[in-house]
Amino acid sequence: MNPLAGYLILSAFLFAIGLAGALTRRNAIIVLIGIELMLNAANLNFIAFWRFGEHPEAATGILFVIFSIGVAAAEAAVGLALIIAIYRHYKTTNIDDVKSLKG
Amino acid sequence: MPWIVKNLWLIPVLPMLAAGLSALAPQRARKFSASLAIGSMLISFLLALCAFTQALAHPEAHQVFNFNWFQFGDQWLQLGWLLDPLTAVMLVMVTFVGTLIFIYSTGYMSHDQNFTRFFTFLSLFAGAMLGVIIANSLLLLFICWELVGLTSYLLIGFWYHKPSAAAAAKKAFITTRIGDVALLLGMVWLYSQTNTLLFYDDGRGCMEASQLGLMGSRAAHFGIAISTAISLLIFAGAVGKSGQVPLHVWLPDAMEGPTPVSALIHAATMVAAGVFLVARVYPLMDTGVGQIHALHIVTWVGAITAIFAASIAVAQNDIKRILAYSTVSQLGYMMMGIGVGGVAVGMFHLITHAFFKALLFMGAGSVIHGCHEEQDICRMGGLRKYMPVTFATYAAGMLALCGFPLTAGFWSKDEILHSAHGWQISHVPFYLGAAGALLTAFYMTRQVFYVFFGNCRLHLGKTTASEQRTLEHAGVSAKEHPHAELHGEPHESPLAMTAPLMILAVFAIGLGFVGTPAWPWFQKFLGAKTEGFTHETWVLMGISTVIVFLGMGIGWWLYGRKPLEKSEQPDPLQVMRGDIFSVLQNKYYIDEVYEKTVIAFNAWFARACDWLDFWVWNGLVQLVSYVIIGLSWVNNFFDVFVVNGGFDGSCKGVNAGGALLSRLQNGRVQNYLRIIGIALAALALLLIWGWHPS
Repeated sequence: MNPLAGYLILSAFLFAIGLAGALTRRNAIIVLIGIELMLNAANLNFIAFWRFGEHPEAATGILFVIFSIGVAAAEAAVGLALIIAIYRHYKTTNIDDVKSLKG
Repeated sequence: MPWIVKNLWLIPVLPMLAAGLSALAPQRARKFSASLAIGSMLISFLLALCAFTQALAHPEAHQVFNFNWFQFGDQWLQLGWLLDPLTAVMLVMVTFVGTLIFIYSTGYMSHDQNFTRFFTFLSLFAGAMLGVIIANSLLLLFICWELVGLTSYLLIGFWYHKPSAAAAAKKAFITTRIGDVALLLGMVWLYSQTNTLLFYDDGRGCMEASQLGLMGSRAAHFGIAISTAISLLIFAGAVGKSGQVPLHVWLPDAMEGPTPVSALIHAATMVAAGVFLVARVYPLMDTGVGQIHALHIVTWVGAITAIFAASIAVAQNDIKRILAYSTVSQLGYMMMGIGVGGVAVGMFHLITHAFFKALLFMGAGSVIHGCHEEQDICRMGGLRKYMPVTFATYAAGMLALCGFPLTAGFWSKDEILHSAHGWQISHVPFYLGAAGALLTAFYMTRQVFYVFFGNCRLHLGKTTASEQRTLEHAGVSAKEHPHAELHGEPHESPLAMTAPLMILAVFAIGLGFVGTPAWPWFQKFLGAKTEGFTHETWVLMGISTVIVFLGMGIGWWLYGRKPLEKSEQPDPLQVMRGDIFSVLQNKYYIDEVYEKTVIAFNAWFARACDWLDFWVWNGLVQLVSYVIIGLSWVNNFFDVFVVNGGFDGSCKGVNAGGALLSRLQNGRVQNYLRIIGIALAALALLLIWGWHPS
């Protein structure tokens, strides 16, 4: 078996787990974790396609992923800050209760 | 233009203003409204004297003041007023007699609750009458003429609680209306012929030579000149207002009004308005070639009225009704005078008659007042002792009315008889007039003997039925009657009532001297040619003197020799010829004839119209309304089920679609994500199996 397929299957699993978490859970923090998982599945794809691609000598894939992780960290910080603000306002993090844009 | 000509309008407007002000005054403001009315009449009287002196200075001229009223089409409708000798004498007469009657009314009406209302109507009447006199336009004259008719209605029906008074007011209004319709038609015709309704307008007015010549030469139908036809229509208006046969029926009934009203309206002024109108349009009456001449009709109607009403007066027992029929008769004399002798002759009798008939009516009012509202002469008698002033003044008026030599009535009636004698067409009016004069002397003698001589037949000590009625209507209960303590004795009236009587008595005796054949100042002033004393004058004066003495002699022989002992005793004439007496007493059954013919026809016609209205027009209207209702049902159905239903359905569809779509936007982020996920999976499957690049 092509070693690439193993990475891709792992990445698909990761994405599916993340999507399932983001879709089914009601806690905003778990939803955020699911999103992070899907993001990392995408990162894994980047790495795998770069490593088994045509020009593995140029470090484009790894650079892309480093940027992506950086951006994801910033995004997680913003997301957590939002969740804290939401919690302060609604006294809950259940996103079913948070469906109004009006404060 | 002299000041007084320009401001002649003040004379009628002042009493009208007084009427308006006292209409606003509260009921208890008795002194205010009475003094306002009398004051305005006094000022009008002074202004009338100014106007009179102005007219004296220019007796030939028609001094006019015309102004534009309003425009219709490209023509201006003009109104205006006029000062000429005719206006001047009438103004002075009406304001003077009016003032006296106003003063008298303060006494006569003093017990009435509606004192202010009475003076409001009285002032309004005086204003309207003065308006008729000064009008220089037939239209303005007609407006005031109708106002006079209205106030007459209001005043006759002043005690409107009495059914007879209300009926009399209606009768007067409707009967005069018949004449007024003809007058209106005449006015319209006159306008269509001459394009103006002004009497005098520097040669363009409809009473001036150029217009009269045009109308006189044109023939209408049946050989009558247009001017004659128009003047006959106008004369019909005068017939209604002046109570000439056959429209005289309202005037005796009008005696239901308070006595000052009878004196002012139905003796001195309003009924004279008809005669005045004929005098005003005399130039029109006098023109026209053809078989029929308007003045001939005037003469005949006047002569017939004179004898007809005089004969009825012989058999009446109500003191005011006798005077009413006498008024009708004297108005007939005036018409006859204008017909045979021109304006001056008729007007002279109008002026003298106004004074002595106002005097007689107010004397009768004083008698009625003194006898506690008794009006039946059979129940009076012997009042000479109790009411000396009233008796003396009444006698003066009676002598003047009879035409006793040297009184005012003698000169003016003699003038009419003289002119009638000289009439070219026929001598019958002269004989009718002479017979009327005999009857006049007779019935006045009868009345005076009944009322003032003999013993007192008053029903003493108890309130008579008619008195009770009147008191109730005046709003005074019998106990509060101010003369309750004097009840039983006839009493002399207060000074407010006797003073005008005395003043008028002087005029009734002396006024004739302004128009005697020896010094015909009045006739000259009104522009008539006079001959002075001739042989014929002497003969006619002798004849009329004989007639007067004959009439009074018969009266004395029948009533004065042995006066009635009891009020139930029949009249001597009734004993002699009961059949003729009852015909006269029932006024020749004219009212009954009208009841059977005109009124019956009117009632039948009204019923026919009612039937037609109910069954034909009403049915048609009902049919149309049912059709409309049916159509509206259809419309309603269409509206509810088609328009409304369709609209509602589409609304519901839009609503449901909105609800469906809004579920996508429910604010749950996970839903969005779920959709995105499903869409992604679907896209992936499509890419894997469905997409074949070729």
